[in-house]
Amino acid sequence: MDKKLERILPRVQKPARYVGGEYNAVVKDRARVDLRVAFCFPDTYEIGMSNLGMRILYGVMNQMEGVWCERVFAPWGDMEAEMRENHIPLYALESGDGVAGFDVVAFSLGYEMAYSNVLNMLDLAGLPLRSTDRPGLGPLVVAGGTCAYNPEPLAPFIDFFVLGEGEEVTPEYLQLYRRAKAEGWSKGRFLRAAAQIEGIYVPAFCAPIYKEDGTLAEMRAVEGSGAPETVRKRIVEDMDSAYFPVETIIPSTEIVHDRVMLELFRGCIRGCRFCQAGYVYRPVRNRSREQLADQGIRACQDSGYQEMTLSSLSTSDYPDLVGLCDDLEGYCVGHHVNLNLPSLRADNFSMALAQRLSRGRKAGLTFAPEAGTQRLRDAINKNLTEEDLLQSVRTAFSNGWSAVKLYFMLGLPTETDADVLGIADLARKVYFAWRECAANRARGVRITVSTSWFVPKPHTAFQWEAQITRAEYQRRVDLLRDAFQRDKSITYNWHDPETSYLEAVLARGDRRLADVLEAAWRRGARMDAWSEYFDFQRWVDALAECGVDGDFYAHRERSRYEVLPWCRIDTGVTPAFLRRERQRCYDSKTTPDCRTQCSGCGASRLLKGGVCNG
Amino acid sequence: MADYRLTFSKEGRAVWISHLDLLRTFQRAFIRAGLVVRHSQGFHPHPVMSFVLPLSVGQSSACELLDFSTEGALEEASLPQRLNDCLPEGIRALACAAPVKPVRELDGLLADVSLCYDSGVPAGAAEAIAATLLGESVIVAKRNKKKQLADTDIRPMIRAVTAEAGEDRLVLHAAVQAQNPGVNPGLLAAAVERHLPFLRPDAVQVRRRALLDRSGEPFR
Ligand code: SF4
Repeated sequence: MDKKLERILPRVQKPARYVGGEYNAVVKDRARVDLRVAFCFPDTYEIGMSNLGMRILYGVMNQMEGVWCERVFAPWGDMEAEMRENHIPLYALESGDGVAGFDVVAFSLGYEMAYSNVLNMLDLAGLPLRSTDRPGLGPLVVAGGTCAYNPEPLAPFIDFFVLGEGEEVTPEYLQLYRRAKAEGWSKGRFLRAAAQIEGIYVPAFCAPIYKEDGTLAEMRAVEGSGAPETVRKRIVEDMDSAYFPVETIIPSTEIVHDRVMLELFRGCIRGCRFCQAGYVYRPVRNRSREQLADQGIRACQDSGYQEMTLSSLSTSDYPDLVGLCDDLEGYCVGHHVNLNLPSLRADNFSMALAQRLSRGRKAGLTFAPEAGTQRLRDAINKNLTEEDLLQSVRTAFSNGWSAVKLYFMLGLPTETDADVLGIADLARKVYFAWRECAANRARGVRITVSTSWFVPKPHTAFQWEAQITRAEYQRRVDLLRDAFQRDKSITYNWHDPETSYLEAVLARGDRRLADVLEAAWRRGARMDAWSEYFDFQRWVDALAECGVDGDFYAHRERSRYEVLPWCRIDTGVTPAFLRRERQRCYDSKTTPDCRTQCSGCGASRLLKGGVCNG
Repeated sequence: MADYRLTFSKEGRAVWISHLDLLRTFQRAFIRAGLVVRHSQGFHPHPVMSFVLPLSVGQSSACELLDFSTEGALEEASLPQRLNDCLPEGIRALACAAPVKPVRELDGLLADVSLCYDSGVPAGAAEAIAATLLGESVIVAKRNKKKQLADTDIRPMIRAVTAEAGEDRLVLHAAVQAQNPGVNPGLLAAAVERHLPFLRPDAVQVRRRALLDRSGEPFR
């Protein structure tokens, strides 16, 4: 280990997260690899190691002959200060080698508030922030993940973005890079070739042209680049042949999701109109029950974990969930493995399952009705009735549960004060359900209501909507808080508005926000997802410094004809479908889920047969 | 007493794994190796597994001891190899046997404390340090039972110290009392900084070499 590093570790919190060497970490011989990838997660080790996508791609890359993929995380503030003071550049955990010496530096972008960490990590690595200031072929800075669906705010910093699932496209671009390196290509030549790979968006080949009023006139393809008009995301069609990390790194220090994560399926059949994941991960593709059972058990054996989570966007929608639980239960009971099902729907079927798997552990239950009235739930296509919810909590309370968390959003399109107050009504009904059914009244009940400030996201039915203003959000929070005043058993929490505002600015931002990002970072922004570090004023100052109006991005409704910054990105779902869904919201009309009836969103075109069968 | 006592070493990157994390790491390694550790009875059953004398984060050791019990007997001789296939880098199982003595009979501990001087070991440092650590009293700030830092005399717990000067490091071979009360060998370096501030080292490395019973034999 590096001597300088060894000396600072005794002074930092949780040093184990900075040294690597975990069980199943992949260590290869430097002399026998010709392509080195620094896989960067722009948040702490504990968060990054909890990310299943990162584990999958780590495995996919390290399976490739001659490729060594290593992990890099953002250091916590104390570690960053020590690294800067002692001139230790950002390094990869497996080898300890500096990131600047790698061929490919790949970022995984999960949420907007991590953007400042991307810049900070590039800087800690000693790399110039902007693509144009890195003229050589390597290190090539690439990025993928959910935020890549609107790549524009990060466009000047990233050489290319990878859209969609990375299992197939990653080896494709690595092979191309290998060839480019061997044949001594220029960066420009490589990028022109990379742009021909489906799923790769090279921001340098697409130039935003603005109108007088600040909106986009067009996203113009740069002449001679040969880049396609639109870049379609990649998906893995057959989940059973897709790589699953049965043998994966087991951290020696505690992380957020310290357990086996079994991915049942990708996509979601539901079509909630606010939900970006629900649209961009379409269509649904299931893993088979037999394979999941086998992988789950082997993952427990190899990891030594005694907890397994069946994870997906809406786990209850897995076609044979009961069968899968049957297959896993025998092993789990015999080996003291707890089986968790998060993101369960509030219905009888799911509650019966939760009940069966809890085996006495009655931790809190969480439901996300998202809106307080049936009218608004219909408008956002959140397929959940009050009766379903109440029936579920009744079952839960009579079986001994005594804590329920309810999640809602404020500021959804068409929301009125009646909808806001509906949240209080619904929470009270949950309370009465407890009074009626509680197995043990003496234990009391904890009902927690949390509201967040709705952030419209790209590629959703609400991508044209304005986020309500902060004053209006605060008014609705106050309205609800007053409504709860006399309910002693209900705790009301609301989300910090500053983060949600910035999220709204960045989520639908264009390339002009890159300067703001850099200015905020220069003013000290990093770890913005952490309240310990987040400072809204830095961002306000950065916006002012760059002459950019944040409200233009957050609070402005876009006309249906406006050119959107992400218009070159094709998720498979057509804009026409999104417009239709938006109209149905205004009509308070629901849209059936994909299994009941296909609504023709366009995503089936991503499949070879052209028909969804999830 | 537990059924088995495992001897293992902890070095390299693994020295940064904390006590609690190391316990978890062993629990998982046992499961990987297909060994079923006995669980305590009661409302929150937990595996019967504990370290004889926990090691501070950052220190290495050639002689760690882990006590545990299993459901059913196991083959002691092959256990270290079985576990080593399941442990992270830097932790090596060395031997396994039934405990001979209860933990309360653990008495002493041998450790090497390396004081690193990047511009060379100052002349006369070895003599001065040995004299100080074996002097009348050795005061360091130490956490008391109320978790507050308080000046404590650790001299009564220091049994022997010899200092060996190399080129850029001075190694203290120390024998200290292990418990009731014990002293962390790292405090010897703290004492040097306190009593001989001009001999403050640039870095300190501690390596545990042996745990001893009352007769000075390796604790088993
Ligand atoms: S094409 Fe139809 S079934 Fe497939 S994802 Fe779209 S709406 Fe659902």
